Amino acid sequence: MRLHEHQAKQIFAKHGIGIPRGEVATTPEEVEKIAEKLGGKVVVKAQVLVGGRGKAGGVKKANSPKEAREVAEKILGMSIKGHKVEKVLVEEQLEIKKEYYVGYVVDKVNRLPAVIFSRMGGMDVEEIAAKHPDEIHRIYFDPLWGLKDYEVRKALFRAGFSGDEYKQMFDIIKKLAEIAFTYEAELTEINPLAVTSEGFLAADARLNVDDNALYRHPELAELREATEENPLEREARLKGINYVHLGGNVGVIANGAGLAMATMDIINLMGGKPANFLDTGGGLADPEKMKNCLLHVLKDPNVKVVFINIYAEITRCEKVAEGIILALDEAQRKVPLVVKLAGTNEDIGREMLERYSSEKGAEIYFVDSVEEGARKAVELAG
Amino acid sequence: MAILVDENTRVIVQGITGFQGSFQAKRMLDYGTKVVGGVTPGKGGTEVHGVPVFNTVEEAVAETNADTSIIYVPARFATDAIFEAFDAGLRLVVCVTEGIPLYDEMLIHRKLREVKSMLLGPNCPGVISPGKSKVGLLPDRSFMPGNLGVVSRSGTLTYQICENLTKAGIGQSTVVGIGGDPMPGLTFVDVLKMFEEDEETKAVLLVGEIGGTAEEKAAEFIKQMSKPVVAFIAGRTAPPGKRMGHAGAIIEGNMGTAEAKIAALRDAGARVAETLLDVVKGVRGVLG
Repeated sequence: MRLHEHQAKQIFAKHGIGIPRGEVATTPEEVEKIAEKLGGKVVVKAQVLVGGRGKAGGVKKANSPKEAREVAEKILGMSIKGHKVEKVLVEEQLEIKKEYYVGYVVDKVNRLPAVIFSRMGGMDVEEIAAKHPDEIHRIYFDPLWGLKDYEVRKALFRAGFSGDEYKQMFDIIKKLAEIAFTYEAELTEINPLAVTSEGFLAADARLNVDDNALYRHPELAELREATEENPLEREARLKGINYVHLGGNVGVIANGAGLAMATMDIINLMGGKPANFLDTGGGLADPEKMKNCLLHVLKDPNVKVVFINIYAEITRCEKVAEGIILALDEAQRKVPLVVKLAGTNEDIGREMLERYSSEKGAEIYFVDSVEEGARKAVELAG
Repeated sequence: MAILVDENTRVIVQGITGFQGSFQAKRMLDYGTKVVGGVTPGKGGTEVHGVPVFNTVEEAVAETNADTSIIYVPARFATDAIFEAFDAGLRLVVCVTEGIPLYDEMLIHRKLREVKSMLLGPNCPGVISPGKSKVGLLPDRSFMPGNLGVVSRSGTLTYQICENLTKAGIGQSTVVGIGGDPMPGLTFVDVLKMFEEDEETKAVLLVGEIGGTAEEKAAEFIKQMSKPVVAFIAGRTAPPGKRMGHAGAIIEGNMGTAEAKIAALRDAGARVAETLLDVVKGVRGVLG
């Protein structure tokens, strides 16, 4: 889960990292008031969970409260890579002398936590690594002992830091590692780290925490903001359904992430547009699960056909068929289904659906391969 | 031959009295796997499907001479179960559990450096050497003995692919599911090395997906392999920034795209299939 900039900054501040003065607003009027409070010269920053908001026009300076209001009128409500801006962070303008970079990541290749820092801030870390490989410094450390002082000292001296800058960097690196371990962050980043006459400040802040660990951090789980998510994705998450909205018209349901991805891919390959990715996961022995998944996919008004691709290795197929029938009985609208059912009692499952189809007039097509299913679904979607 | 498991593998099931553990223990026994014991703290002295249950892994290993464990324990307790299995000196530990926190996995890997055990998973379907042994929840009907080694990040997709292969008369030496987490125990490279050395394996199928750099690392090793490799990558049309079911299946920035993986694999000499049916053709092409 990725936190918003303003949320991450609050956590940074709690741990003693300096942040610019600022407040969150949802209306241009609020922005104007906050700008007044901050002395007029501010930056208005869209709070969206995608990168590249600066280039998209989501970050603008204003030199008076009135200008701040005008800028906010443009930013609030704009769409950045499909994310609607509902909130902005209004911050004092900083007099930045230099921009540095400090980040932390769980390195999945080396299976170790790593701190990364550089004197070249303000651009993506990948870009720094590509353009200035000598300016990237990494500290891998033992997760068992945590980041030791000497490891930070060694890296900072080697990178040529000294005096006050050394002290400030040391402090921020230690605090960032502490934040990462406190909240089980996959990644946390200060980019740019602004060097100002008042010291080092986190001009931007990123904090991505591990979804699997959220049960240990209920205070973070509460921060997830409904407004940022696609409503169908949000509803799915609350129901425990693994659903990603894709915007096409062919609904996809499969059990297993790989199978669902492969199904989505082949629909695209056949010239169709998947409406969604849905991985039912296990637990299909309970017909309610399939029922809920199918009903959820049908909530998307763009869906013209649903391709159900189930490889029931444990589940018996009659349970899957039962779930499909329960959903069709309850569904508000009728769309054709393309079904590929493999596994224990697949013949029984198919018979049940065929019987239901002829009795109730439901349009259900059975296929033997994923390719055939995708072709049929794309054809039905028109 | 075959890799990781064969007819001599002696398996204990951690969490054998749970719903999943008990069910899967039965299925493994039916397949012919030597399930010699189970572990559930507090249930020692009982039996499940005629298999003795112990309170600790240490005791189970001492009494049964097991060398492999499979873990069906909920995510909050699975890390502890993995450590217990390492501590008991098991050769192979297979963890099916999904949803183990990343920081637990970091510590699991930290511990792995100090022990001799191999870890398969977490969040994996396990391993099967068709006709010999199955340690996991892979469905019997998809597989038959043969000369193709299969290694994959996914479950049901692999069953589907293997069923297509089996129907086409192409059997498998061993099928290994390394799991969908971003930091798996055994990696593609570890398993490819084993297949390269396995006499029974004549060619390898690698089933990858978006996210991370596991396929790119695999490609580097494939360059040195003498055996032909066919690959399939799921998620070529996945949008960036969205987690596609598996914890590890996400394109972050320009990282983890299917295009990069396919290019690296092709560059390494692997044959990359476009569709599931192409996988069968590709494998037939290299096996002759």
